[in-house]
Amino acid sequence: MSRSRKVAFLAVAMTLVAAASAAALGGERYGLGQQASPALIAGWDIDARPDGQGLPPGQGTAADGEAVFVERCATCHGEFGEAVGRYPVLIGGSDSLASSNPVKTVGSYWPYASTLWDYIHRAMPFGDAQSLSVDETYAVTAYVLYLNDLVAEDFVLNRESLPKVDMPNRNGFIAEDPRPDTPVGTPCMADCKGETKIMFKSKPLDVTPEGESN
Amino acid sequence: MGPGVGRRAFISGGAALTAGLAAGAAGGRIVRAESAAGQPPNVPDWSRYLGAGVDAVPYGAPSAHESEVVRRTVEWLTATPESSVNFTPLQDLHGFVTPNGLCFERHHGGVAEVDPADHRLVIHGLVDKPLVFTMDDLKRFPPVSRFYFLECAANGGMEWRGAQLNSCQYTHGMVHCVQWTGVPLKTLLDEAGLKPKAKWLLAEGADAAGMTRSVPLHKALDDCLVAYSQNGERLRPEQGYPLRLLVPGWEGNMWIKWLRRIEVGDMPWHTREETSKYTDVMANGKARQFTWVMDAKSVITDPCPENPMRHKGYHPITGLAWSGRGAIKQVDVSLDGGKNWHTARLDTPVLSKCLTRFYLDWNWTGEEVLLESRAMDETGYVQPSIVELRRVRGRNSIYHNNSIQTWLVGANGEVENVQIS
Repeated sequence: MSRSRKVAFLAVAMTLVAAASAAALGGERYGLGQQASPALIAGWDIDARPDGQGLPPGQGTAADGEAVFVERCATCHGEFGEAVGRYPVLIGGSDSLASSNPVKTVGSYWPYASTLWDYIHRAMPFGDAQSLSVDETYAVTAYVLYLNDLVAEDFVLNRESLPKVDMPNRNGFIAEDPRPDTPVGTPCMADCKGETKIMFKSKPLDVTPEGESN
Repeated sequence: MGPGVGRRAFISGGAALTAGLAAGAAGGRIVRAESAAGQPPNVPDWSRYLGAGVDAVPYGAPSAHESEVVRRTVEWLTATPESSVNFTPLQDLHGFVTPNGLCFERHHGGVAEVDPADHRLVIHGLVDKPLVFTMDDLKRFPPVSRFYFLECAANGGMEWRGAQLNSCQYTHGMVHCVQWTGVPLKTLLDEAGLKPKAKWLLAEGADAAGMTRSVPLHKALDDCLVAYSQNGERLRPEQGYPLRLLVPGWEGNMWIKWLRRIEVGDMPWHTREETSKYTDVMANGKARQFTWVMDAKSVITDPCPENPMRHKGYHPITGLAWSGRGAIKQVDVSLDGGKNWHTARLDTPVLSKCLTRFYLDWNWTGEEVLLESRAMDETGYVQPSIVELRRVRGRNSIYHNNSIQTWLVGANGEVENVQIS
């Protein structure tokens, strides 16, 4: 590019930048992307919050959900949420959280019923996500809550009743991060501790996979 | 594998090593059979005959002799490979950049195979103008490139109750570090225009897990990126192709892959991954919920169980350190289980929220050693011992185990994962 053409090019470029800056005053910086229509958003906006935002109209009971659960969920979770193999257990674990073996289930751990609805709706059944209807989702959610003795078999779960379901571990969480929770500052460099003992050795456990290629 | 021998064959063969060290080290890497024909004064075949021409491998691959340098999984950890994890072979890497094919994987619904022509990113909720972007739209925004580490909050999670996995790869391999290229999330949010009540956003993936995490707006506006490239090429499918959220320094689960939607709101969503998972149960049964930052951590990658000591004499101890709070300021190495410490040399560049390579010159005389590294970051945070961590958090936390790793180097050169008082 000759020098004069370069100058001309630069002038045009600067004009464009000026135009973009002016547009920024109107709230659009680059003018990229299209306005998303309500219909477009609705197809993907599948989340539900604890306050009920996002829960759609519809309903179901545990009685309705049992058959769906047995057909769609029980192969992994067991008919009563007791789990098959290493798949997640959905029931039990009450009073276990402070023990040496916390069992974190919907009943013992989950703070909000909306999370259960949201997760089933978006990710279950495993391998066939988003295939349950809204009513089926309410019904299966109700069934899992029922298995945990949190609602009655005929309790009608819907957008009004779901946020009010009392979850036992609702107050079991600390929202604020208290870290750093170990000593900070200038680290010790010499003579920092007394006698050192080996407390655990990994080799005797023999649970490390052999190192061959996958 | 090339003309070498497998590790099992090597172990049973009991090949002779210098001073007889580390001959049968569990987890030790291959020592290849040597062939005099390839060594001086002989002229090896590769010096006589023509090699492959250009385009023999249009997309290059590592040497066949490096076939053991791969990600590996621990099958007993999870119910299915689609909702599982594998581990970066840190013990085989140099510098601080992780090759794309070795970045550990963590999926909750398998690797989504997304056609970029059909992929969309929707931004809606508390915004002035909800927007939908194509991949072409996103690549037209001014790009930035940044090096960041990515660590799973559960890295080291199997070691809370005691030393368990005898391997650097399995104890520390849920971390990687690449150069990402993309668009600042702030740029996209500004494009849509945030409403005054906006405080949080929900990021959602297009995979079969519909992965979702709530991200506080202050972080989103600070240094989050929406990335389409890693180490100069488009994202690998298993890293979220074609689009991924980056939440620098914070737990990997928040770095939503196959990013399809961002909803702006005024409170967190309390999704499954931020309530039932990725929350840290303390000894009293209460759980810390929003523990996002990955605290300073380090590990010695050589020696380690996979890299036993094969020679007495000079050996450069090396490892990696990182902090989600900023840049690594100092790394110290102990040879006596944390009683005395020696400051290591940091290789440059030392970047914020990025892996940092360190070295310590060492002359091993064959004695038993309790080898440790301890990282400190620019905020003054010092990597704690597992004893200190257990004292405040108990043993049930699963997540955020950033404790000092102890390797027991035996007199025979073998290296074992141990935990000490």
